[in-house]
Amino acid sequence: MADVNRGNRPLSPHATIYRWPLNAIMSILHRITGTAMALGAVLVVWWFLAAATSAEYFATVDGVLTSWIGDLVLFLSLLALSYHLMNGVRHLIWDTGAGFDNESTQQSGIIGLVLAVVIAALLLAATW
Amino acid sequence: MSILTSYKRVAGLGSAKEGTHHWWMQRLTAIALVPLTIFFVVPFGSNLGAGHDAVVETYTNPWNAVIAILFIITAFYHLMMGLQVVIEDYVHGKAGVVLLIANTLLCWALAIAGVFAVVKIALGA
Repeated sequence: MADVNRGNRPLSPHATIYRWPLNAIMSILHRITGTAMALGAVLVVWWFLAAATSAEYFATVDGVLTSWIGDLVLFLSLLALSYHLMNGVRHLIWDTGAGFDNESTQQSGIIGLVLAVVIAALLLAATW
Repeated sequence: MSILTSYKRVAGLGSAKEGTHHWWMQRLTAIALVPLTIFFVVPFGSNLGAGHDAVVETYTNPWNAVIAILFIITAFYHLMMGLQVVIEDYVHGKAGVVLLIANTLLCWALAIAGVFAVVKIALGA
C-alpha cells in the first residue's frame, strides 16, 4: 500500500521551518522591489505633470514628495531601485550562461547586496 | 517544412508566433535601463525640493530632457511587463484579466503623460 503513512510524513519544502537560501530571498525580493516601484513611478510622473502645469501646482506636489512621508517613499524607492538594478545585472549575466553554479550564485548574491547598498549611498549623496 | 498535421495547420492551431518576444523585450529594456536609471535619477533627485525655476532650467537642457523621456518610456514598458508576469502568477480568473487590462492601460497612460510633461517643460510651452 503506497499511501498508508500519508499525513504523517513531513512535507517538503515546509515553508515555515525551511531555511530560505540567499538566492530564494533575493529572487522574491526582486519581485517585491519591482512591484513596489510602481508607486515611485506614479510619483515621478505626477511631479513632472505638476512642473508642466504651473509653478503653484508644482509647489504643492513637490511639497508632498519632499514631506516626511514622501521622503520615506522615495528613500525606500531608491533602495528598491538600487537592489533591483544590481540583482537585474545578475540576471543579465546569468542569461549569457555564466555564473550559474551554486557557488557563483551565492557569491554574486553577496556582491550584489553590497553593491546595492553602495549604489544607493552614492545616488543619495549625488542627489542630496 | 511544418511539423503540424494538415488539420492543425488549417485550424490555425500551433504556436501564437510570439515565442520569446516578452522575455527578450524584458531583457532589452533591462539593459537600456542600467545607464538610463543612473543618468535619470541624479538630475531628478537633485531637483526634488529645488523649486520650479530650477526644474524648468534642468529640463530645458535637451540632454536631461531626452534622458528623462527615454527613461520614462523604457521604465514603464519594463514595469508593465514585470507587473504582467506578477499578475499572471498570483491573480487568477476574472480578477486577473481585469488587473492585466488595467496594468496595460495605466502603464501606457502614465508613460505618455510623463513624456508629454517633459516635452512641455523642455519646450517651455
